[in-house]
Amino acid sequence: MSQTKSLNVDYNYRVVRLFALTTVFWGIIGMAVGVLIAAQLYWPALNFDTPWLTYSRLRPLHTNAVIFAFGTSALFATSYYIVQRTCQVRLFAEKLAMFTFWGWQAVIVSAVITLPMGLTSSKEYAELEWPIDILITLVWVSYAIVFFGTLVKRKTSHIYVANWFLGGFILTVAALHIVNSMAMPVSAFKSYSIYAGAVDAMIQWWYGHNAVGFLLTAGFLGMMYYFVPKQAGRPVYSYRLSIVHFWALIALYIWAGPHHLHYTALPDWTQSLGMVMSVVLFVPSWGGMINGIMTLSGAWHKLKTDPILRFLIVSLSFYGMSTFEGPMMAIKSVNALSHYTDWTIGHVHSGALGWVAMISIGAIYHLIPVLYNQGRMYSISLINTHFWLHTIGVVLYIVAMWISGITQGMMWRAVNTDGTLTYSFVQSLEASMPFYLMRFIGGVFVVSGMLLMAYNVYKTVRAKDESLQPVPAVA
Amino acid sequence: MSSFWSAWIIVLTLPVLIGCAILLTWNLKNYVGVPEDETTGHVVDGIEEINNPLPRWWTYMFILTLVWSVFYLAAYPGLGNWKGFLGWTSSNQGVKSLEESQLAVTKAVEEGRNVEFDREMVRADQVYGPVFQQFAKRDVLDLAYDDDAIKIGQRLFLQNCSLCHGSDARGQHGFPNLTDNDWLYGGTPDKIKETLLHGRKAVMPGWLDALGEQGIKEMTAYVLSLSGRSVNERDAEAGKAKFALCAACHGPDGKGSLAHNLPFGAPNLTDNIWLYGGSARAVEETLTKGRNGVMPAFKQTLGEDKVHILTAYVYRLANPEKPAEQQ
Repeated sequence: MSQTKSLNVDYNYRVVRLFALTTVFWGIIGMAVGVLIAAQLYWPALNFDTPWLTYSRLRPLHTNAVIFAFGTSALFATSYYIVQRTCQVRLFAEKLAMFTFWGWQAVIVSAVITLPMGLTSSKEYAELEWPIDILITLVWVSYAIVFFGTLVKRKTSHIYVANWFLGGFILTVAALHIVNSMAMPVSAFKSYSIYAGAVDAMIQWWYGHNAVGFLLTAGFLGMMYYFVPKQAGRPVYSYRLSIVHFWALIALYIWAGPHHLHYTALPDWTQSLGMVMSVVLFVPSWGGMINGIMTLSGAWHKLKTDPILRFLIVSLSFYGMSTFEGPMMAIKSVNALSHYTDWTIGHVHSGALGWVAMISIGAIYHLIPVLYNQGRMYSISLINTHFWLHTIGVVLYIVAMWISGITQGMMWRAVNTDGTLTYSFVQSLEASMPFYLMRFIGGVFVVSGMLLMAYNVYKTVRAKDESLQPVPAVA
Repeated sequence: MSSFWSAWIIVLTLPVLIGCAILLTWNLKNYVGVPEDETTGHVVDGIEEINNPLPRWWTYMFILTLVWSVFYLAAYPGLGNWKGFLGWTSSNQGVKSLEESQLAVTKAVEEGRNVEFDREMVRADQVYGPVFQQFAKRDVLDLAYDDDAIKIGQRLFLQNCSLCHGSDARGQHGFPNLTDNDWLYGGTPDKIKETLLHGRKAVMPGWLDALGEQGIKEMTAYVLSLSGRSVNERDAEAGKAKFALCAACHGPDGKGSLAHNLPFGAPNLTDNIWLYGGSARAVEETLTKGRNGVMPAFKQTLGEDKVHILTAYVYRLANPEKPAEQQ
């Protein structure tokens, strides 16, 4: 094909490098804050009686840091890389791309400052106050211009599947952010949502669930569609499967929000509709997993020697697990047990730590040597150690939250022969304590792995050009 | 909702589901132009794509969930104003009070409508009602020393009362200790039951305007002296001179409204038991800003039978020993 020859395009790697390095940095910060608040649930004294270190202020900092600092930096890095490589052109509007980098870092730093101060709009995953929301909008619109501009000037006839997902993610997140953040400012640091009551709740979860669906799923599927075939050296399993699952996924996901509001004041019809769409969504979600994992057919042996590929493939297993679990939890009668329990936290982390973090880590390990003119990462065995630390950590975390969540659900609904509740709330908390310790230990494993990654990345970046030779391929 | 919004929802929902079915059917055929199992010919940055068919088990699963979705939306509310052929609703939406809710339950049951909340409430009444009715016939003083009744009472207390009064019923700042036999409205079974059924609202006005800062300081000294605390004598004397203001509720001797058969719930100021703290600072704050105490009414939420058992439990808290004449 003619496209394959033009690989010597002078790509803009500068902004990709910056975002790749901040991914690692913010990953450590975000996950470390997570470990701290996990520890606070077991040792409450760890807030040191300071308002800035209380769970209520650090929890939004943790979620913002991992989703928007770590996860979204990874998306910026990989999408700028993928769109250039698969369109065979240099980035469109490069200054604007640099603005997205510095603008996004400004957003994150503002979050790090304002959230511990207690400044919040109180909307989950959209806590940042209105001046920061405006900056986010500016950065995001610039991101869209850079991405779609590059797509427009592409030298390839075909738009590669990864770019469908990335484009869908960028457009939808813009709409979600703008609609949900509509607010009336009353001062420089305080605003009130323009929506009220059940409508406000519905808009919030339309945003909240699609932040998961488009940012954390579609965006990372875009990442997956490039790095999995690239790292495996195999063609994508099925072109037609990618068409069906892409369109079905984006059409159905946007409806799934109401399942966060089962058994609330939301009208019955909205709850049913959210549940139906969530259940159907299960199948197209798995389409992505199948296409990723089956891409490996004929190259399974590579898993033995390549820990980067292992990160990518295991991330797809976690993706499959949580996209099965999600639709199941969206079924009302299952939700009656799982809602408000730690099961939800476990589910979110099997997606966040299993899917999102592992695919990002794999992608970054693939990217760093390319960006810094090396044949490989400084140490393959450190990647392997990281893989095992991360996997053990995630499994400890999820299992702890499953047990704790189901225990809570069962205890809350248990009634005596006289119809009174068997347990008080405090008793269910008491039952959860051992699992909070187990969750904390899981988190420590994950953060330790991230520290190894930082060291490995540092050594690779600082190594002399082309001094790290690729490992010869195993036949 | 209006028929416009109803139509709007249907017009957005069904095409998504039908569109999924069309998308699936379209991709079951090989329209790519190369045989299945071969690459499509697109090469992007070295990545190729194979023209593999959709996995069969996955296709079946997709068809199954789509068929189920249509069935579910026919059976249950979802498509705008369509109520679903099962006539199911979760609750009586639009009720604005407990009374309205109870009326709606009765009405829905009479009309045989399929309202989940109502069915559960009626079922709970049938199963658990008799348990409580049995106890409701017996005297509170009798139940207070009946182990079975106390066990139920404790559960009711832990679920409904412990949030404010604490699991051990010893209260906290602003919420009375129920174990010390010191009562604001009376500790007889009748009075306790009255408090539980109808709730209480206590109001201590703020006196800053009437007394001024110096006056507050003096009154604080006097109030503390009533409980035998050592205070500035001159301040206390000055406070005593103005105590008539307080006597209307707390009584001229400061022993509280209960001691004078008055219904205000004004605490005894001479027993060194403090609802809002007994430090000079806390008393000063009470005098300056006033206090508002609210005990909610449980008649509607728990019903009289449960309140009856709860009365026995609360009585027992303050009277742990069975009185001699009853033994």
